[in-house]
Amino acid sequence: MDFISILSIFVLACFVGYYVVWSVTPALHTPLMAVTNAISSVIIVGALIAAAAAGVPGAKWLGLAGVVLASINIFGGFAVTERMLAMYKKKERKG
Amino acid sequence: MTDWEDPIMHDAAAPPAWVSLAYLIAGICFILALRGLSSPESSRRGNRFGMAGMGIAVVTTLVTHEVASLVEILIAIAIGGAIGFVVARRIAMTAMPQLVAAFHSLVGLAAVLVAAAAFLNPSAFGITGADGLILPVSRVEMGLGIAIGAITFSGSVIAFLKLNGNMSGKPILLPVRHVINLGTLAAIIGLIAYFTTDQSPWIFWTVTALSFLIGFLLIIPIGGADMPVVVSMLNSYSGWAAAAMGFTLGNSAMIITGALVGSSGAILSYIMCRAMNRSFLSVIAGGFGGDAAAASGGPTIDRPYKRGSAEDAAFLMSQAEQVIIVPGYGMAVAQAQHVLREMGDLLKKEGVRVKYAIHPVAGRMPGHMNVLLAEANVPYDEVFELEDINSEFAQTDVAFVIGANDVTNPAAKTDRSSPIYGMPVLDVEKAKTVLFVKRSMGGAGYAGVENELFFRDNTMMLLADAKKMVEDIVKALG
Repeated sequence: MDFISILSIFVLACFVGYYVVWSVTPALHTPLMAVTNAISSVIIVGALIAAAAAGVPGAKWLGLAGVVLASINIFGGFAVTERMLAMYKKKERKG
Repeated sequence: MTDWEDPIMHDAAAPPAWVSLAYLIAGICFILALRGLSSPESSRRGNRFGMAGMGIAVVTTLVTHEVASLVEILIAIAIGGAIGFVVARRIAMTAMPQLVAAFHSLVGLAAVLVAAAAFLNPSAFGITGADGLILPVSRVEMGLGIAIGAITFSGSVIAFLKLNGNMSGKPILLPVRHVINLGTLAAIIGLIAYFTTDQSPWIFWTVTALSFLIGFLLIIPIGGADMPVVVSMLNSYSGWAAAAMGFTLGNSAMIITGALVGSSGAILSYIMCRAMNRSFLSVIAGGFGGDAAAASGGPTIDRPYKRGSAEDAAFLMSQAEQVIIVPGYGMAVAQAQHVLREMGDLLKKEGVRVKYAIHPVAGRMPGHMNVLLAEANVPYDEVFELEDINSEFAQTDVAFVIGANDVTNPAAKTDRSSPIYGMPVLDVEKAKTVLFVKRSMGGAGYAGVENELFFRDNTMMLLADAKKMVEDIVKALG
């Protein structure tokens, strides 16, 4: 992709982010932080590329270390979000 | 490296269309994950979308690259995944701010590692030009990626230490710190600019080192009570770091995610600043407030105030038509949320309407109180935000303030000389009676301001540890 297409995606995604985040209910701001944490670990894509490539051992090990860190975040972030969201319950309406 | 001299690898636009589409779908899944959080009902489905998006991104990357070390990669994922999963299971809900800060630091460090790997093996990332050097535009992106990643890492480590109590919540103020910070920042920007003309390793590593340093310097002067802003800000940075690496790789999933997370953190910081009536710059400049929980031995109080017992409180609340509970950081410190819910249940049995009022900056991170109340099984439709409930205090019999202080201070509305003047506060003083749970009369709130509320005629001070006091009230009610 050329720089301008990438930049277009980025700018449009910023606007999408702006509107989507304002619509998040304040009660869920902590889960919001936990889940954004998990998804920002999509940086694992870069770590995987580095870890997968042959040739430069230093880069490979840095990549593998990145994969470990990002995995902690991905699994930890989604799991803790799931745990928190399961706690939000509505009032039980008695019959 | 000869395997990678294939001309296709020099051009990030080369992968087949389905790959770009797959990353785009992953990005859309992430948008839906955040979209789901607009209400608790749709939130869990949203989280599943997030997981699906991550799965798509990881699998797509693995199948479209020649993987020379699949076993090692799978082991790395298993190790990280196991650690993350166990931590997520075990962590106490009161420790959520620390956990989020720790997670931010990992994203930051991962970004640093990826940028460093890209620098060592640029051809694997397809960012080399025809001359074999890294493309200038990629150098800027990498430089920004490593700088933001390193700032996120060291800043989050300090935030973690402060939130976890390993480091005092008091601001640490270096002399001429603004000069040092601005100088370091200018050096980083200058070096990244120079990096486009000279690809020497020393420039890259100096940028990295300086960025680690400034992350550290930026957060040490910020006090414990400003942590909601700091945590949100670091959240934002972790997103921008991912976006910068997404530019390097021309990867739409990373760019979309980075933009989402970046704007999310920025909006949360803005909401937190607005809720404290402070500018983002004044928070970042630091030096404001210590740790509310640690503050003690404040000015000696000789003004008269009314002091009540647990029995008095129990009687007043059981006779009330409506009670509004106002929790703050003190409730989290005392772990009083469960017994508080018990108290609410007993009151409801007596026919009292019980509601909870949450100030946006109550606690140490956005939404902190809501999670704790949810953990204690308080239904979320009994929990209200400031603007939704503030008008109700006037028709309320009892406002029960537990572990909150500055967010109830009427001086914010009336006293122009007060440091918290203009901050939106909960109008608890309009309730017929205010019950204020506090450990002792000494010690002001984080802003170091005395709360006028303590000395009002309709205020009764309940001086004890928050959890102990609520337990006693529960006993008296039962």
